[in-house]
Amino acid sequence: MSRGRGSNLARLIFLGPGLIMLTLLAVVPMLLMLSTMFFQRGRFGGVVYEFTTANFSRLFQPLYLNVIQDSLVVAGLVTVLALLIGYPTAYAIAQLPPKWKTIALLAVMLPFWTNFLIRMYAWTILLSGPGLVNEALTGIGLIDKPLDLLYNRGTVVVGLLYGYLSLMILPIYSAVERLDPRLREASANLGASPVRTFFSVTLPLTLPSALIGAVLVFVPSFGNFVVPEILGGGKAIMVGNLIRDQFLKARDWPFGATIALVMIVVTVVLLLAQAVVSRRTRSA
Amino acid sequence: MRKKSSRLVYLPLWLVYLFFYVPIAVVVFMSFNAGDNPYIFEGFSLDWYGKLAGDETILEGLGNTLIVAVGTCLVSTVVGTLLAVGLARHTRSKVIEAIATMPAILPELMLAIGLLIFYTAIDFTLGLTSILLAHLTFGIPLVAVVVRVRLASMDTSLEEASTDLGASPLQTFFRITLPGLAPGIAAGALLAFTFSLDEFVLAFFSAGPTDPTLPIVIYSMVRFGVTPDINALATLLLTVSVVAVLAVQRMTRITESLK
Repeated sequence: MSRGRGSNLARLIFLGPGLIMLTLLAVVPMLLMLSTMFFQRGRFGGVVYEFTTANFSRLFQPLYLNVIQDSLVVAGLVTVLALLIGYPTAYAIAQLPPKWKTIALLAVMLPFWTNFLIRMYAWTILLSGPGLVNEALTGIGLIDKPLDLLYNRGTVVVGLLYGYLSLMILPIYSAVERLDPRLREASANLGASPVRTFFSVTLPLTLPSALIGAVLVFVPSFGNFVVPEILGGGKAIMVGNLIRDQFLKARDWPFGATIALVMIVVTVVLLLAQAVVSRRTRSA
Repeated sequence: MRKKSSRLVYLPLWLVYLFFYVPIAVVVFMSFNAGDNPYIFEGFSLDWYGKLAGDETILEGLGNTLIVAVGTCLVSTVVGTLLAVGLARHTRSKVIEAIATMPAILPELMLAIGLLIFYTAIDFTLGLTSILLAHLTFGIPLVAVVVRVRLASMDTSLEEASTDLGASPLQTFFRITLPGLAPGIAAGALLAFTFSLDEFVLAFFSAGPTDPTLPIVIYSMVRFGVTPDINALATLLLTVSVVAVLAVQRMTRITESLK
């Protein structure tokens, strides 16, 4: 009981304000949202608190299932690309000399702290008909006339990757950095090639962090509505757009909350998978 | 042979930096364009920055955003700092830990619709206050995390000595802990401000019909016809982010905490 752990007054002063605010502003709203699924819509938005399960059966209409499936595919593709690009990047940063390492990391963090809308807007300039990418491709003679690069599913994938790649690189970097160099030396001393060492020592030990990165990339990609709108031109809508529209256009809040349940389920499943893998890594 | 392969390791790094920074560089470059074609550079000028200063909608959005961001920053800093010390020194509860960190991990959209249902259920009028409250769900955990990193690197023996000499927890906090935490608190405050300045999803759902924040204004600009002054606005916002991240790095060596 050292360091005043027993003082109830201190506990109240330090923990009280934060816990009260976060409970009211995050825990209660999330619980309300979960309960809303069982109620009926109000005529102009809002919720009429009468019990129903109709929201769930509606979710299984092909219209919605298709969007859910598309979102899973897009978010999955973004996550795989982020892993394939993010892993070697994080690995490379960890090999840099200390001074460059700091600069390299700041350059990875910076995009995350800049305005998301503006970063997506930047791609509309880059990919539009007369934009830089088309200019460059015509310039080097690869194409004759500008390609339709904007407003398709591929653009959405690029945008989401651009938005969340930092979130994959940072946890992997952290894991590579914490790796005990003696493990790799031991592997090399025992005659393993660098490639073998990578696949049987480095990769398995950094996999749990890579999966944290995967969750951090997948979840916001899956529920995004800004990127499908700005870069997808509304032609490649995702779960986030469905939720947004139910709340702000169709004004069917209970059904919107029910669609959000899909996001929650996906998030929980991914977190569980991550936990299983990291437990297995630790016990191995 | 060895040297060559080790150079190759850095190739992905350069490609990723091109990917990250070419789009941003194009926006910054085009913000100094003399003409109004968003794709062709017709010479250097600062016209778009001048236009920006006279754009009522943007100035109004900026005003609203600053009110929200300053408020978010102040409340998050005080409450988040207390929370960080409380979590590190006054509890071991996993539930409390979860409540303090979960909101920052939740997808923004989920939190945004939960809050909209909540505000409606208690008849809370949507406006700048509801946006500010929404931003606290990320601001408070954010400050708490940054301050805790600092707290973990601090020597506890001074605090223990203070307690042993009969100081109350509050005296110890104000005389010993707080001064040592100052750089972490400043860094947390700056990050909370920057977050609020750029945050769109929570603001979009918590905003009333009459007072949009700057990101909401940008959203409608991007969706309905691009005007080139958005490049100038983007450049200014990017500058704020760069300054904030560099300042945070100076104060806390935040890159070290990744190890």
